[in-house]
Amino acid sequence: MADLSNNLAGIKSPNPFWLASAPPTNSGYQVMRAFEAGWGGVVWKTLGDPIVNVTSRFAGLNWKQNKIIGFNNIELITDRPLDENLKEIRECKKAFPDRAIIGSLMEVPERAKWHELVKAVQDAGVDGFELNFGCPHGMSERGMGSAVGQQPDLIEMVTSYAVEAAELPVIVKLTPNITDIRHCARAAARGGAAAVSMINTINSLIGVDLETWNPIPHVDGKSSHGGYCGPAVKPIALNMVNECARDPEVAIPISGIGGISNWQDAVEFFLLGATNVQVCTAVMHHGFRIVEDMIDGLNNYLNARGLASMSQLIGASQNRITTWENLNLNYQIVAEIDQSTCIHCSKCYIACEDAAHQCIDRNVVDGTAILVVDADHCVGCNLCMMVCPVEDCITMVEVDTGLPAESWKQRTAVSAVGASTGSA
Amino acid sequence: MTSEIIDVLPTRAKLLRGPLDRLAASVRLVSGNDAGRREPELVATLDPVEAALEHPEVPQLGEPIHKPLTDLEVQLEANRCLYCYDAPCMRACPTHIDVASFIGKIATGNLRGSARVILEANPMGASCARVCPTEELCEGACVYKKDDTPIRIGDLQRYAVDHVRNNGIDLFEPGKPSGKRVAIVGGGPAGLSAARDLRLFGHAVTIFEARDELNGLNTYGIVPFRLAYDVALWEAQQVVDLGVDVKTKTRIGVDVSFDALLKDFDAVVLACGMGGVPKLGIPGENLLGVWDALDFIERAKLGKSVGSLGDHVAVIGAGNTAIDALTCSKRLGAERVTMYYRRGEDQMTAYQFEYDFAKQEGIEFRFFCAPTKIIGETHANAVEFVRTEIPKGGGKPAPVTVPGSEFVEKVDTVIRAIGQSRLRDVFEGAGIETDAGVVQVDEQMRTSRQGIWAAGDCIFEKGMREAMVVEAAEQGKIAARSVDAFLGARK
Repeated sequence: MADLSNNLAGIKSPNPFWLASAPPTNSGYQVMRAFEAGWGGVVWKTLGDPIVNVTSRFAGLNWKQNKIIGFNNIELITDRPLDENLKEIRECKKAFPDRAIIGSLMEVPERAKWHELVKAVQDAGVDGFELNFGCPHGMSERGMGSAVGQQPDLIEMVTSYAVEAAELPVIVKLTPNITDIRHCARAAARGGAAAVSMINTINSLIGVDLETWNPIPHVDGKSSHGGYCGPAVKPIALNMVNECARDPEVAIPISGIGGISNWQDAVEFFLLGATNVQVCTAVMHHGFRIVEDMIDGLNNYLNARGLASMSQLIGASQNRITTWENLNLNYQIVAEIDQSTCIHCSKCYIACEDAAHQCIDRNVVDGTAILVVDADHCVGCNLCMMVCPVEDCITMVEVDTGLPAESWKQRTAVSAVGASTGSA
Repeated sequence: MTSEIIDVLPTRAKLLRGPLDRLAASVRLVSGNDAGRREPELVATLDPVEAALEHPEVPQLGEPIHKPLTDLEVQLEANRCLYCYDAPCMRACPTHIDVASFIGKIATGNLRGSARVILEANPMGASCARVCPTEELCEGACVYKKDDTPIRIGDLQRYAVDHVRNNGIDLFEPGKPSGKRVAIVGGGPAGLSAARDLRLFGHAVTIFEARDELNGLNTYGIVPFRLAYDVALWEAQQVVDLGVDVKTKTRIGVDVSFDALLKDFDAVVLACGMGGVPKLGIPGENLLGVWDALDFIERAKLGKSVGSLGDHVAVIGAGNTAIDALTCSKRLGAERVTMYYRRGEDQMTAYQFEYDFAKQEGIEFRFFCAPTKIIGETHANAVEFVRTEIPKGGGKPAPVTVPGSEFVEKVDTVIRAIGQSRLRDVFEGAGIETDAGVVQVDEQMRTSRQGIWAAGDCIFEKGMREAMVVEAAEQGKIAARSVDAFLGARK
């Protein structure tokens, strides 16, 4: 068994799989079940002044037969009294002392109120805090959640309120509903945060019912924008995690959140810079039991690659992300179609013909379309490979251009030198 | 016994026959005989009392072979389709239905649009969804066939067409009147297909149909558990509703002469199919209990009595109609049902899936044997067979009998299913060139006589064309286009 144990800014858990602050962590009963299933930690459903919720609250984005590739919610923070939540936190921590329990907090930006809330939750025996500066709906209208997370100065200020009272690590959970998340993460670091977590949900409207013309979900015929999460947001989350991981001014660990459904998704987050991951939508879809394969799959993956610890994954691909101007202009790949596995659906042909560079020749022989790449003109865009329904039928093969690596930055720097020389 | 069984079988009432009945009532009832009329043989098959028994409700003869897909199955299948470009399934369909398009429309909930894509290309889309050998056509060409999981195209087609059928949706309107008149001889799939497109082109169309109802073998010759009677009649009604004049119980060459047709109409499309099953040419064929397979299937399908089948039914022949007769007999309650064929299993003309289905239904098979005589006093009670073998050599040599290898099988009912005879006299009387009774046509379905086209089983020639509903539909379309070009009046 590889070492899956995790340490996020001093918060230890037996594995890097946490439940995000959300409906699955709403009660002690649920958290006990989650720990029994094997989750390494939970971020409790956000604590604060109890609110009133509406019905309905959730909606899914389905694609063909795939249910919930995206998930939208307009639920608010906990609707249960603080004392009740704190009592259950104590019970869970007692029953599962090796697991991490993080208190998610939300409060208006007033120092005294934050101090009071932090102390109350600290006394319940949590292992750390997560400040909810992310929820984009409802609470933000009252000056909390993403209303804080969208203003770096507020992030820094409120973080410092919490840090002043906290004797435990403080994680700041960031909203993606901003132009550049690095500014928010830097503010959290300046405020004293031990870590940042991202992404919270994205502003969204899931759709409209074509029969009734009601928005989905609707509350008595009306709706408001919700928070979007689930598998479809993973690419957005990966990019934001990586941007912060590479930023020297952030320089604190990251808990990755956003569309993580299995160990493979988690590995991608680790490779791009996340120290651990938090999961919600996949559990809402399938239940707590999915953690078993997350642990098993990660362990087998590490063993297969000869890695002793999951910590070896963290940030391993982080610096393979750079700016476009640094990419090698002389790197060339072309598509190659394996005729032995081709099923002759012509999807590659029509995609290339209508939407790319008209580089696939199609000849119908005895009723069967034979598809061959015109390698001299293929620009290596990947589109044909992406639309091909057969695994590994279309591969992108590297072509030796005989040219040394050269980026746009280098090429334009050379031109600039040439130009200035010429004018001299 | 048989009629009791029919009585307790599930029935389907509410047939769509009102308009056709009214039409039929206005047409003179005729009698007489020709090669296309099989009624007289029933006298030799059933006693008159039994022959007269008729059931107002049409039996299904047990569970349909293909159950409709559930909504969940439809969504799974429709979304599994890759939406291939210039899809192989479309190329494999004789009517070139844009399969990827109609399945894509199912996936988006556009069922009306889906059905229109199907029926525009194939007016016989409802019956083809049920009787097409899809394994040999669209599904056989599906790119998923490689992994043996082709999309269930036939079942999806049925789902889409059933949507318009069950909801009374009219998809087509006749074209602007051209002032031209076209006669169609035979209201089966080829004739209906031609009629539909000719109406869309704006020509006036009259169908002359020998039988009581339209849609030919779809109505009368395919077992109900494969294609229900009401579906066949609905399909025909869609064409009739475009304003087609229908003369049922009217036979060309008997009730109306060819010359009269040519005089009254600007063009004629022959789509009169084939005749009954030929005689075996052996002693005892006129005994009671000896059937023409098509007569047998028709009576069973219409809920008419077929008398007592006894314990053992022998079907002679190995085509798709033989399979229908076999499985129909089994479902009517015969204890043992056996197919006898003078060639081997590998030379059966039935589709593999039909053969597989017959095996599942508990049919027995005897290869390399041919009947030599049917034995009985007034009713058949045994058949003598002789063993056969296929001489070595190329091609498909005729089987030869093995002298002294005769054997007798106790049999209560004999059904011959050895193909269909040709309506040679009809065509020759009209001065149309035939080859062994097969009407000769060019690629536009034009016969040797100007102004006369032909389509469907009457031009079916082994090795050249397939006797399939979908082929008949395509030929009808081609004939309609050619007639339209000939009339030259369409704007």
